[in-house]
Formats: sequence, C-alpha cells, structure tokens
Amino acid sequence: MATMKSYESNINKVNESAIDRVFMFFNNSILLVIMLIVLLPLIYIVSASFSSSEAVIEGRVILWPVDFSLQGYQTVFEHKKVWDGFANSLFYTFFGTIFNVVMTIIAAYPLSRLDLVGRRFITFAFIFTMLFSGGLIPTYMVVRDLGLLNTRWAMILPTGIGPFNLLITITFFRTTIPSELIEAARIDGASDFRIFASVVLPLARPIIAVLALFYAVNTHWNTYFMALIYLKDQELFPLQLVLREILIQNSIDASMLTDVEDLVAREGLRDLLKYSLIVVASVPVMALYPFVQKHFVKGMTIGAVK
Amino acid sequence: MLSFRWNRVTGDGKLWLRVRRNWQLYVLLILPLLWLAIFRYAPMYGAQIAFRQYSPAFGIEGSPWVGLANFERFVNSPKFEPVIVNTLVISFYALLAGFPIPILLALSLNQVKSRFFRNSVQMITFAPHFISTVVIVGMLFQFLHPRVGFTAALAGMLDQPSPNWMGDPGAFRHIFVWSGIWQEMGFSSIIYFAVLSTIDPSLHEAAVVDGANRLQRIRYIDIPGLLPTAMVLLVLSTGRVLEVAFEKVYLMQSPLNLGVAEVINTYVYKVGLLSPILDFSYSTAIGLLKGIVGLLLMIAVNHAARRLTNHSVW
Repeated sequence: MATMKSYESNINKVNESAIDRVFMFFNNSILLVIMLIVLLPLIYIVSASFSSSEAVIEGRVILWPVDFSLQGYQTVFEHKKVWDGFANSLFYTFFGTIFNVVMTIIAAYPLSRLDLVGRRFITFAFIFTMLFSGGLIPTYMVVRDLGLLNTRWAMILPTGIGPFNLLITITFFRTTIPSELIEAARIDGASDFRIFASVVLPLARPIIAVLALFYAVNTHWNTYFMALIYLKDQELFPLQLVLREILIQNSIDASMLTDVEDLVAREGLRDLLKYSLIVVASVPVMALYPFVQKHFVKGMTIGAVK
Repeated sequence: MLSFRWNRVTGDGKLWLRVRRNWQLYVLLILPLLWLAIFRYAPMYGAQIAFRQYSPAFGIEGSPWVGLANFERFVNSPKFEPVIVNTLVISFYALLAGFPIPILLALSLNQVKSRFFRNSVQMITFAPHFISTVVIVGMLFQFLHPRVGFTAALAGMLDQPSPNWMGDPGAFRHIFVWSGIWQEMGFSSIIYFAVLSTIDPSLHEAAVVDGANRLQRIRYIDIPGLLPTAMVLLVLSTGRVLEVAFEKVYLMQSPLNLGVAEVINTYVYKVGLLSPILDFSYSTAIGLLKGIVGLLLMIAVNHAARRLTNHSVW
C-alpha cells in the first residue's frame, strides 16, 4: 500500500472506455461485498456483547446492540480464571518474544555475513526444520527429559527461532547494512562484537519491531497447542486454553452465575458471556492492529520480494 | 574489501584464517545452534523410536528394534484409510478454494482508483488474521448455534427450521475451509499486492496507448507478473498438504463429525498423548510417515513446477 506506484493517476487521466467502466463497477461492487462479509460478523460479536442476555438468546440482535447492557463484561471480569489466563498469556508473550527476538537476531547477523565460513550449511540446517521435523512425540520427549513439562519454561524455550523469521532477518541485514560500513568499522579496529553492538543493532530497529510482532501474535498470544501438550496445572494456563474451556467445551464455572436465579436467564448469560469474552480476548491485538499493520506488511514483503 | 583479497592470497591456511578472523561471529551463533540442536535436531534423532518398541524403562537406544512393524500396523489398521482420506480431502479442498482467492483479491484491489476505498478493504480483510484460532472456532459455534446463533435468528425470520451445522458431518469441511478463507484471504493477498506494485508502470502505460482495456491488462501484464510468486507459494503449500492445521481441526471436532474430521495430526496427538495406553512408537511412526511423504511431495511438486513454468523454490 505504501509502495503503491502512482501510475494509476497518470493512466486514469485518459478517458475510460465503456467496457472499463462496467468492469470497474463490478470490481468495486464485489470488493464492497467482500468487505461486508468480513466486517458483519465482527460487528455482530461486538453488538451482541453489549446487549442484554434476553436479547441475545431470543435472537433479537442482528446488527446493533439491543437493550444495551454491560452484564456480559461484568461476568467476564468477575471470573478469576480469565484474569489468570490473561496474566499468564502476557507473561509468556513478553518473555517468550524477548527470547525469540534475541535468538533470531544473534543467529541472523552472522549468517548474513557473506565472509562467514559454513554460512550456507548452517542456514540450511535452520531452513530444513521448515521442511521436516522430528514430530510431536519426539519433541515432547525432549521437553520431558529436560524437566520442562508443566513449567513456564515449556512455553518459552521450545519456540526459539522461526525459520521464516530468520530468513527475513538475514535478508534484511544483507540489504540494509552495506558491507563497506562493516569493513570501515573493522579497519578502524572494531571487533565483531563491537560492530554488532554499535553498528548493526541500531540499524536493526525496524526488523526488531517486525520480529517482535510476528512472534508475539503468531507464536505466543494466539496459540494454545504448546500449552495443551506441555501444561497440566490450571494456574499456568494461557488465556487461549481458558477460552477453549469456555467457548468450545462450554464448561463455565457455575459459581460465576450464582447471582442469577432463573435458569433461563442463566442460560442466556452463558451465551452473552461468550461474546464479551471473545471481545476481551481479541482487544489487545486488535487495538494494536492499526499501528502495526504496516510493519506486518513490511515483514511479509521482505520475505516475498527479494 | 582489502582483507577479503588478503585472505585469498594467503593460500593454504585461508579457510582457517577466515574462520579465526570471524571467531566472534561464531560465538554469537553458539546459543542459536545449541537451541537448534536440542529442540529441533534431538527430536529427529529421537524419531528412531518409530522403528523400536519404545518403553521409558529402556530409553531411546535401549528399546527393542522392531523395524517397520509400527508402520505396517498403521497401514493395516482400520483407521488408516479414513485418516488419510480426510487429511487429503480437507487439504486439497482448502488449497483449491483458498489459493486463487487472495490472488483475485489482490488483482481486484490493484484496480481500485480510490486510495481510501482500497485501504479500507485491505485493512478490514486483513483484520481477522489477528483473531486467534480458539476465538474463530468459538465464533463459529456461536454463529451456527441451532438455538441462539445468527443463523438461527435468520432462519427464524424466514420461518425456516433452524439448521444445526456444527453437528452436521456433511457441513464440516465447508465450514472449516470457508472460515479459513474468511480469516486469511486479506493476509494472503498482501504478498501478491506487493508484487503487483513492483510491476513496471511503463508496461501498463504502453498497453493503454495500444488500446488495452483493464481486463486485458490484468490478463497480459498482472497475471504473468504474479506467476513466479504464485508458483513458489503453491509449491510450499502443496508440501504441507498433510499438515492440516491441528489447532483448528482439533477444536472443531465432536463425536458427531469425527468420521470426516479426524486427520493425521489429530490422530498422532490422540494416539501419543491422549489415549489410555500411550503408544509413543506408534504415534511417532505415523508422524514420521507424514513428514517423509510431505517432504517427497514438496520435492516432486517443485520439480514439476520447474518443468512446467520455469519457476520453483530451489
């Protein structure tokens, strides 16, 4: 989007033919429909979460909130499990992302140096893990033998370096740090450590932002697979596992709904609660989204257009 | 630059000298390589239990060697056919339906004149990518709930009996594939859109002068421009056809739809970590079979792509 060339504006000064105008009409109509198909379910969720439980259960919510109420949110925030899950997810995401970014950067810089002996072999060793892996059980056995099962470490250490992220970081270093700059620093007597710390790292800020986003969202905040395999204690569960219990397995702590006497109202609250929970769980990422979108695009394009 | 040349003239010891000159770079690589060895390559070594009858008491090397017995057991088991068929059907359905749509979206967006409209469509179609799998499946359950869901409300308005799609095995694949397209089409189109913006504008200008309309310019300029990228992505996703997204399938499974929803990855998980009698060796064998077939498939598709279109991943 930022790289969009301005050729359109030159071309469009020429009068469009009838066939082009018909084409554009259909083109834009289809895009509008696609946009609505994506948008409407999202609007519905938010609207339902702000409606009363009666309106939700009777199916009166179509597009806008009906009988505006914060009942759902109140129930969500009174739920200790949700708070614990939220806190755990923040913990895993924060420390996990730091670990991922540091590891990726210290691996990518040496591998971006064309004068490194063994560069191709080591890079291939990383990329190969994208094509083939030992599998679920052997990986589980390694984590088990290291004594990491059911600890917070199990959520952080195995994530390490994503091969795709390593590739885009290597490409970034190759294309943005001129080898003349590194040679000049060497001639001035700087060691590789010194060059890494005072030349490479300051220039790496954009790629660090991209990596942090990729890892935080894709590897940590939004996943539940590792937690499902490695964790047993409820107190260690990330938010996504708590969500799974409530949204998918439909197991809601009855104590959450005690102040509601009526069985029907209780059923309604159960559904309302889910909509509010969906909103609460998605807000942290969605709130960041408009600011980070361009970084995501940048990251994807570094990888694709070499 | 100077030092590179110096390295070259030193003859015999040049390789070692280059290694020694860059020793600090290798120090930086120590931790990443250690991590790679422990968490990625040690499991590959451990995968040999697929050829053994693993028991924790004897460890990996100590467990008795059984050759291909575990593989044979899987191939001859009644689960083999449905699991493989389900995996392939879901994968190819997702691939056939999901592959062209982001390309069409990018081509179509690229035609839009209004910057505001273009950015809005991109921003909105991109957004669902950030919603977690659990939430997406949770949304599906809510929307398609036979009593309180969106579809139930709609059916009520039309005086129709409300459908129970999540419980309908016949609907499972469609729901899985199309919700995936709903979530990822915007994100997947980014790459294509970026490639389109690198196409030389003079090609379009020349085509306009020659009287080409928009459709013709898409056909003869944009699509050929996207072909290399599309081929690379197609090869990569074909190599992953056996890797149906575990997280989503597992969440969407229910006793009602298990006949069509059990895929290799979920089966491996259940055999290895969920069943009452855990069978590490059997589960690993199934996983290994999947991995090897996937790798061979990728190599084959890459080869075919190179033969047919001259574009390939490697």
